[in-house]
Amino acid sequence: MALLSIENLSFAYEKELVLEEVNLTVEPLDFLAIIGPNGGGKSTLLKLILGLQKPQKGTIHMEGEPRNALGYVPQNTNVNTDFPIKVIEVVLMGHTSKNPPLFGYGKSEIACAMGALEQVGMEAFAQSKIGSLSGGQRQRVMIARALCAHPQILILDEPTSSIDIEGQKEIYALLKTLNTYITIIVVSHDISIILEYANKVAHINKRLAFHDISNKKETFHTHNNEEHFCEIELLQMLGSSHCKSCEETTV
Amino acid sequence: MIEALQFSFIQHALLAGILVSFASGIIGSLIVVNRMVFLAGGIAHASYGGIGVAVFLGLPIFLGASVFAVLAALFIASLTLHKRHRMDTFIGLIWAVGMAIGVVLIDLTPGYHVDMISYLFGSILAVSTQDLYFMSALLGVTVFVMVFWYREILAVSYDSQYASLRGINVALWYRVILILSALTVVVAIKVVGLILVIAMLTIPVYIAERLSNSLRSMMFLSGLIATLFTLLGLGVSYYYNITSGASIILISAMGLGLFLLLYPKLKANR
Repeated sequence: MALLSIENLSFAYEKELVLEEVNLTVEPLDFLAIIGPNGGGKSTLLKLILGLQKPQKGTIHMEGEPRNALGYVPQNTNVNTDFPIKVIEVVLMGHTSKNPPLFGYGKSEIACAMGALEQVGMEAFAQSKIGSLSGGQRQRVMIARALCAHPQILILDEPTSSIDIEGQKEIYALLKTLNTYITIIVVSHDISIILEYANKVAHINKRLAFHDISNKKETFHTHNNEEHFCEIELLQMLGSSHCKSCEETTV
Repeated sequence: MIEALQFSFIQHALLAGILVSFASGIIGSLIVVNRMVFLAGGIAHASYGGIGVAVFLGLPIFLGASVFAVLAALFIASLTLHKRHRMDTFIGLIWAVGMAIGVVLIDLTPGYHVDMISYLFGSILAVSTQDLYFMSALLGVTVFVMVFWYREILAVSYDSQYASLRGINVALWYRVILILSALTVVVAIKVVGLILVIAMLTIPVYIAERLSNSLRSMMFLSGLIATLFTLLGLGVSYYYNITSGASIILISAMGLGLFLLLYPKLKANR
């Protein structure tokens, strides 16, 4: 059964149509990459999935409330680095406990947050100030925060936009590990890296073009240049239907 | 200087200094981490309008200033929740309009007025028993809120978007922070005056932020540092017979200068 299904979704800000007739299904243990140009509707789709915006047409189905079903990792994690807060306190924000203790945090909540930190390999930093971490380490903490509420799907918005190359590889390696037991959706510009890990790709430019690339990947791993796919290769790989749908929508 | 302690006005001043230092340490920390320093300045100046209303209607000054400051804070909150990028314009507006209302109402009030300069630069040596009750109540409420809703306040201050995704009522807590800020600004006016209140809310907090790894410890440490500066400033003001508010702020600034000189060495030795 699909974890998340979007049917005939349309959305407009004021009069400008941002998303048109979008259909998307996410199966358990998918690694879905959402790509597309700036202003193409990626962020809007994300807001709709998270429940921050209400769709004007169409439906979004998932099990339970977005708050419990989805673990969200926001785009910019380099803001507010002066904030005096410990790593463990950041992770604890991920909880949605119905009956929180009168004050402070419960023992089980702290144990759970430590568990989330272990999953991302950051348990040794639990008592560190968040500002003392590197960009990549901070991103891991944000992933732990999202894992804290035991979501069915982990959603990351441009997870590597503010991290150095080495940190980016580590984040994707971590996501690959997590993907063995959790479904992942990544919104990214970073097509070359995302194709290494994603099994499905949704290209959004007002309309959505969907590609299952789990079988096509093999051919590209034999390519000499492992570090980078150029756009032409990508277009060949994703097929001509993709190009067509892009042209249609940019008119 | 010890013999000064037997005067009740000196005792009141010391007590008021400690109460207000802790209130402004806690609230100043929230103001700084939420980047609302300019906003607090706007509320401080707008509260002069409340002082004018109180003088005009013959109400207690604290009451008039508090109500006016809270209304100004709520006004800004409702305007800026949705138009955050226009916040500075609205703050500038209430800053000037509030003061103008105060000036006009005081002009219109017949008879001799209390020295209005004392509201601009503080009058810690004229703290009444009622003032002390008000300050204690405010500190009590502030501590109560921080103890029981620390999670919510921390979450909203650190990452408001994520907090709202987690089901926290961000607009409500934003208002609570602003109301507590407005009330703290009003009591701090008694100590250092509305022009200098910003320094009281930020200098100790700046030092504490560098030395703390949690919001809680930052609040407590800010309170301690503010108390130290306030008491030292009071002592200097008594000894040299200078205005207490300005003396407290200059001592704080010197303290900050000293900290900035010593902190890099302290950090290197750790």
